[in-house]
Amino acid sequence: MKAQTLYEKLWTSHLVRQEADGTALIYIDRHLVHEVTSPQAFEGLKLAGRKPWRVGSIVATADHNTPTEHWDQGITDPVSRQQVETLDANIRESGALAYFPFKDERQGIVHVIGPEIGAILPGMTVVCGDSHTSTHGAFACLAHGIGTSEVEHVLATQCLLQKRSRTLLIRVEGELQHGVSAKDVVLAIIGVIGTAGGTGYAIEFGGSAIRALSMEGRMTVCNMAIEAGARAGLIAVDETTIDYLKDKPFAPVGALWDQAVDYWRTLHSDDGASFDKEVVLDAATIAPQVTWGTSPEMVAPVGGRVPDPARETDPVKREGITRALKYMGLAPNTLISDIPVDQVFIGSCTNSRIEDLREAAAVAKGRRKAASVKRVLVVPGSGLVKRQAEAEGLDQIFRAAGFEWREPGCSMCLAMNADRLEPGDHCASTSNRNFEGRQGAGGRTHLVSPAMAAAAAVTGRFGDWRELA
Amino acid sequence: MKAFSVLDGLVAPLDRANVDTDAIIPKQFLKSIKRTGFGPNLFDEWRYRDHGEPGEDCSVRPVNPDFVLNQPRYQGARILLTRDNFGCGSSREHAPWALEDFGFQVLIGTSFADIFFSNCFKNGLLPIVLPAAEVDKLFDDCAANEGYCLVVDLGAQTVTRPDGRSLKFEIDAFRKECLLNGWDDIGLTLRHADAIREFESKRRSEHPYYYA
Repeated sequence: MKAQTLYEKLWTSHLVRQEADGTALIYIDRHLVHEVTSPQAFEGLKLAGRKPWRVGSIVATADHNTPTEHWDQGITDPVSRQQVETLDANIRESGALAYFPFKDERQGIVHVIGPEIGAILPGMTVVCGDSHTSTHGAFACLAHGIGTSEVEHVLATQCLLQKRSRTLLIRVEGELQHGVSAKDVVLAIIGVIGTAGGTGYAIEFGGSAIRALSMEGRMTVCNMAIEAGARAGLIAVDETTIDYLKDKPFAPVGALWDQAVDYWRTLHSDDGASFDKEVVLDAATIAPQVTWGTSPEMVAPVGGRVPDPARETDPVKREGITRALKYMGLAPNTLISDIPVDQVFIGSCTNSRIEDLREAAAVAKGRRKAASVKRVLVVPGSGLVKRQAEAEGLDQIFRAAGFEWREPGCSMCLAMNADRLEPGDHCASTSNRNFEGRQGAGGRTHLVSPAMAAAAAVTGRFGDWRELA
Repeated sequence: MKAFSVLDGLVAPLDRANVDTDAIIPKQFLKSIKRTGFGPNLFDEWRYRDHGEPGEDCSVRPVNPDFVLNQPRYQGARILLTRDNFGCGSSREHAPWALEDFGFQVLIGTSFADIFFSNCFKNGLLPIVLPAAEVDKLFDDCAANEGYCLVVDLGAQTVTRPDGRSLKFEIDAFRKECLLNGWDDIGLTLRHADAIREFESKRRSEHPYYYA
């Protein structure tokens, strides 16, 4: 049989039918639902007199609008509250495999809770009305973000209309330097291929440095595949994947587990499978990364400098750099380590899992927030992550350092709730997007790893966290 | 969905790359549970000088006269000229809803982000990809000629300039049919309900652990 890529295997195993032009109906195994992109879909379904096809595929939670403090007061913003209540009503009416409403102990960011309860299994197709659904490709799932019309389509038909993507293999070979994390790897990749480098592709991440990552690290990498323009990121199944899933509440048990594992072990690209494009990075050359601009591709190693638009020959790019520097309040050639830090955000579906919090706490331990830093928010990705962190005493480390320890949610990654930057604030953020206004109108986001964010909090600058004595 | 066939429309140029969906429609407006009414907040942070919140009367807000869509010559534009990677970032369908509600029916650029591109077709909005040199030329012509209009013919897959020269564009046959007829995807898919049921039952027996 012809050698297949992992993407081809997933595509073929979910193909229901195909039109002459290649438009295909792809069967969907898991549908993650949150409050922002689903109300219009449920409404559309109802107006057409349709019912959800398979409610057992649905895992739902409220995460974007929920506050991260004063939970006793409920959701005080009436517009946010209405959206969360609408999700409540829709899921109570339709049913779901699992629903974790606001204040439930297992509530949290949809992309954190899906994997942590074992509701994301290798070989699944996973969709959500959220671009960071690419996260679940870390489990060798074909997982991608969809719009609200597609949410309605999946609810009604259990299928998605799709065209087959091209395949891009990104191999990161060799060993990462000490203190370089999955976040640095994916930012470095985006720096190389650009934010449109993956457009039209499904990216498979491979190579020894990717295989050496934990599942949480792999989720961080796949999470940001969309920031490279790819709807889906993928990583092959190996023992790390299987060990992670064992004994998770929604993972199979007994004979079903054995049967599943046999199948899951086939979920990798075959030797000799051909990709439409391949990019190779040397892991040893990757330093901790800091974004300086308003697009994730505007990134530099921690020892580097902000670019000078005068040196850019492409006029559209030059204009882009000039506009970004103006928005960010930065002069050309500024040292990354000279950029001031006003706020710090440790959280988001990219970096709010227990390993991320451990990494940040290791830096914060025994240190204090710099006087120049106004606020440091630590927002765990889920109630279960929060409980685990507290069991390990991480909350005490953060509090002792002057950081705020919050309730779970998307929080200041997109600032839909009350957590947001003041205009002009520079923020060291472990989130995924540094777009204009993303963390609050006029806010200036610098994307970094959890260790770099914690170091920024205690030093008030974007230095190399490994140099902290 | 609204059908689309031919449009003779005024062109407005948005000359920047990587326009993300956060810029197209900022997050505070995503709290709505409706599909309509997003037009006044399209490009909110660029269009107005103050910070917008949902439910405000935008007609009394201070506008940014430098922003291209606020310039008198582009009032009533139906075609938006864009650069690389338009619509990147968040999957929010509120972005095409806002563009459509504002009055745009066609977007012309060198590349569009994948999720945004699909979302457009679900809302009767036609995104057209043309070669970079042609898009450069359209930007130049649009800047040089007030009232610059293009004719977009979906059936013929052409964009025709005022001088009569036509540019051909590509589009998937299936998407073209749906857009020309204003067909609802879900209705079309449900015609294959038996095939879906058959697939599902086979999958359930081969991979029961996905249905536990």
